[in-house]
Amino acid sequence: MTPSNTETGLDEMRTDGDPHIAVRTDKLNFWYGDFQALFDVDFDVKAGIVTSLIGPSGCGKSTLLRCVNRINERIGNVRTEGKVEVLGHDIYAPEVDLTQVRSQVGMVFQRPNPLPISIRKNILFAHGLHTQGKTSKSDEEAIVESALREVLLWDDVKDRLDRVATDLSLEQQQKLCIARLLPVKPAVLLMDEPCSALDPKATTAVEELIWNLRGDYTILIVTHNMAQARRASDECAFMLLGKMVEHRRTEDLFLTPGSQQTADYIEGRYG
Amino acid sequence: MTARFAATELNLSNYRTERRYRLMLFSMTAMLVLPVLIILGILVLKGAPMISWEFLFEFPRRGMTEGGIYPALLGTIFIVVVDLIFAMPIGVAAAIYLSEYAPDNWLTRTINLAIINLAGVPSIVHALFGVGAFVIFFGFGTSILAAALTVAIMTLPLVIVATRESLQAVPQAFREACWSMGASRWQTIFAVVLPNAISGILTGLILEVSRTAGETAPIMFTGAAFFLPFLPESVFEQTMALSLHLYVVSTQVPEVPEALPYGVALVLIGIVLIMNAISIVFRSYLRGKKKW
Repeated sequence: MTPSNTETGLDEMRTDGDPHIAVRTDKLNFWYGDFQALFDVDFDVKAGIVTSLIGPSGCGKSTLLRCVNRINERIGNVRTEGKVEVLGHDIYAPEVDLTQVRSQVGMVFQRPNPLPISIRKNILFAHGLHTQGKTSKSDEEAIVESALREVLLWDDVKDRLDRVATDLSLEQQQKLCIARLLPVKPAVLLMDEPCSALDPKATTAVEELIWNLRGDYTILIVTHNMAQARRASDECAFMLLGKMVEHRRTEDLFLTPGSQQTADYIEGRYG
Repeated sequence: MTARFAATELNLSNYRTERRYRLMLFSMTAMLVLPVLIILGILVLKGAPMISWEFLFEFPRRGMTEGGIYPALLGTIFIVVVDLIFAMPIGVAAAIYLSEYAPDNWLTRTINLAIINLAGVPSIVHALFGVGAFVIFFGFGTSILAAALTVAIMTLPLVIVATRESLQAVPQAFREACWSMGASRWQTIFAVVLPNAISGILTGLILEVSRTAGETAPIMFTGAAFFLPFLPESVFEQTMALSLHLYVVSTQVPEVPEALPYGVALVLIGIVLIMNAISIVFRSYLRGKKKW
């Protein structure tokens, strides 16, 4: 699990044309009550790369993201039609267990939301949910250390693992929120505007971290920051009014947008 | 020529209005505090001379005109304890269900409406209900159990509302974080929601206790006795209680020294104040520990 090992592999993936697909939606429609938020969305997210979802507020990008771990359903009065496949399996199939889905699909939120317990317990929380029986103290220590190292937080917090996580800076909190997903070894990380509550320096740090995690995880990131999508994603998808307008390699999308709507959006004519 | 930025006539008149309203609102607030101070002042002034170990720990003597209030004090504590045994688990559990599980539908709305109405039912009506249900139908007779159950039903809305509010004050982000990691509702409640709501829940319970200690009407038909020369030995027996004792020595017994009812009232309000003080201290202690 070294972060920078897949540079060449990724290029292959990008050019191969038929890489492994981590998330696929098929004619996905979604309603909040009577309001339809997604219209026939077909979307393939390739494994091991960073895909960004852009679009103006209310275009359905967060809704789409939240369909991939089915956390939308907690609101109640919502309806989903169509298919969402994660690693080739329909996660809306009747026999699917939500806990299993969520162990494979981790989520990072807009505002860092570490639990108001110690840093150590934050890391071990998800691990505990998905592990039967007790983990030995030394294994726990190893899990905490490796997760925190992976998000480049270990050196900052190794002396205060028992302090309340909510005392950390926002940047550290957001890194911790990513770290706590890792012990369960998810395939997909969903990130809903993970940097929008952070200052520029912290944003850079978290973006770098996301970039480092690419290769080991499939990362789908919602952002309203086009510069961020441009510098920190391999592929980019543009949504408008609940529809998928286009989805291409990031550089292509920004240099030669395929539709007038995309062009107008990335040039800032609306947003 | 007036200086630049100097107040105009309109500005000045606005400031006068501002001061008037401010003064009015402040005096209303002051009037709120005044009765409390007067009541406490009179109680302490007239009741304090009565307070002694003998007063607290002896039986009443000579037609309740002398002696202490021990059985009433103890009886109030009995009723509060038995009341808590029922009101705490039912109230907290119902609040958890309503806050964390209940879907927003007509049934939930009906339950919420019922809780509000339950809180508005006059205590004497609760007393009659207690007589019908616990004393007669369940056959508990006039007893500590029947009295405590009656008060428990009466004070349940207090526990439910306080608990539900403190549960809902826990940020939704914590729940989403847990759910997104695959935690079930109960795992989320147990690991995150309850630990962060506990100070509010305890405050609600302590308020419930002080309310229970003070209630008179619901217990006078269901379990509190005018006078008993002995202590109850089980929850199926009657007991004396401070609140009813205060009523009795104030209005029902001749030739009671003037200070005696004040002494009883001071003890009663002392219990309530001590409970409230504990709740405030506890709350600020837990507040200091929690951070988000």
